[in-house]
Amino acid sequence: MIALLSRDLKLAFRAGGGFGLGLAFFLIVTTLVPFSVGPQSALLQSIAPGVLWLGALLACLLSLDRLLALDWEDGSLDLLATAPLPLEGVVTIKALAHWLTTGLPLVLAAPVLGILLNLPQAGYAWLLISLALGTPALSVIGTFGAALTVGLKRGGLLLSLLVLPLYVPTLIFGAEVARRGALGMDTATSLLMLAGITAAVIALLPFASAAVLRINLR
Amino acid sequence: MSISQKMNALWEYANPRKFLATTERALPFFWTTAAIATVAGLVWGFFFTPDDYRQGSTVKIIYLHVPAAMLAINCWLMMLVTSLVWLVRRHHVSALAARAAAPIGATMTVIALITGAIWGQPMWGTWWAWDPRLTSFLILFLFYLGYIALWEAIENPDTAADLTAVLCIVGSVFAVLSRYAVNFWNQGLHQGASLSLDKEEHVADVFYYPLVLTIAGFVLLFIALVLYRTGTEIRARRTKALLARERVGA
Amino acid sequence: MIPDLGKYADTVLSAYAISILLLVALVVLSLRRGRKVREEMERTEARLTSRR
Repeated sequence: MIALLSRDLKLAFRAGGGFGLGLAFFLIVTTLVPFSVGPQSALLQSIAPGVLWLGALLACLLSLDRLLALDWEDGSLDLLATAPLPLEGVVTIKALAHWLTTGLPLVLAAPVLGILLNLPQAGYAWLLISLALGTPALSVIGTFGAALTVGLKRGGLLLSLLVLPLYVPTLIFGAEVARRGALGMDTATSLLMLAGITAAVIALLPFASAAVLRINLR
Repeated sequence: MSISQKMNALWEYANPRKFLATTERALPFFWTTAAIATVAGLVWGFFFTPDDYRQGSTVKIIYLHVPAAMLAINCWLMMLVTSLVWLVRRHHVSALAARAAAPIGATMTVIALITGAIWGQPMWGTWWAWDPRLTSFLILFLFYLGYIALWEAIENPDTAADLTAVLCIVGSVFAVLSRYAVNFWNQGLHQGASLSLDKEEHVADVFYYPLVLTIAGFVLLFIALVLYRTGTEIRARRTKALLARERVGA
Repeated sequence: MIPDLGKYADTVLSAYAISILLLVALVVLSLRRGRKVREEMERTEARLTSRR
């Protein structure tokens, strides 16, 4: 398991692995927002938590089609399927690797980008917490989407169409935590819901992803 | 060939045939009753019901809005059940029925959304409000789109059936989750249930009876469409299988 | 013939028009595709049996 994880991480960091692309995308989206809605700092301040969450979500989505496709093309997925490690474990590791290379950098970058959007002082900690809790769910759900579309030639667009509706609950509660935190309101309920969704998704969805992958490898 | 595979082959050939023969006989009944109930209910509702004292004549939209919304949800439920049947029993007709139903459900969702928007304009003063029920219907529509797109995208019919079935199950869980999330996120403008056994809550009798009739009509229409479209899918599959066998040279 | 719909005539009529249009379109498209697929199947079947 650890060998697989380190292999995935190494591949991601190597040239052409796509590490950092998600971060760059996140930066660009955040930069474009003031151009599209205007530079009034009061307006930016109020939409900052939502924009940052949406940016992080889209950046996460962007890297999903590479998650399994490369292993599918060179046949290493077939090898992994016959390996002693169960496929459920494989997809969990894959999701973890995706989170470490995409989700975690986004979480760390979000407060910096928050400065660009005049995020209120109180919001930084909550933004960090909500993203740290929410992005693992995005990676795991994304792995399911990637497993569904892995055999398709033009799976990228379809992947977005399939995954985005599944992101709705996470986005709602995650952005709610960040928004309420920024306004200094009570965040307990949404925080618990967000954590609950993430925990449930991590516990259950790998089974669905593995089942789907088995069907695709048949 | 093992026994279970033989059983599968039997299901594949015997059952769709039987399905086609049975539906061929049942379909005229469903088409006619669907047409009668829908037309009668809509005519009754449109021409012979009074205006609501608060909503004026817009209340007549209820005869389209409520049945469409009910079917939009129940169609997904039916797809969930048939997907489960397919995954457990490997019953081909079941998978094809789910495929046949999806566009109907999507259309019903669109009707519910459009009539809702048209109704909301004079009542709430806006075409669109991010009201929980409206929002969840929009999300439901996205789920239908994804489901249909996945069916279209995959070449191998059995793989497509398997993958869409899993998507349907996972999607159902997330759809329910979204429903609650959306509720939490914004309190709505919608009125309470239009139909419920609790007499206090549901609409007055003058509106109730034509509404029940249109709902019956929509349900019958749904059944007729699903049966007919499933038959179409079975025939399309058979043609594909015949052509494939011809290519192999058997 | 059309009942007095008051100031909401446009609203009600457009809702009915759009919904009925969508329903009819759904039925017509289903029937058309069904007929096409059925013909195709019968043609293929006939061709395969005649050759044998």
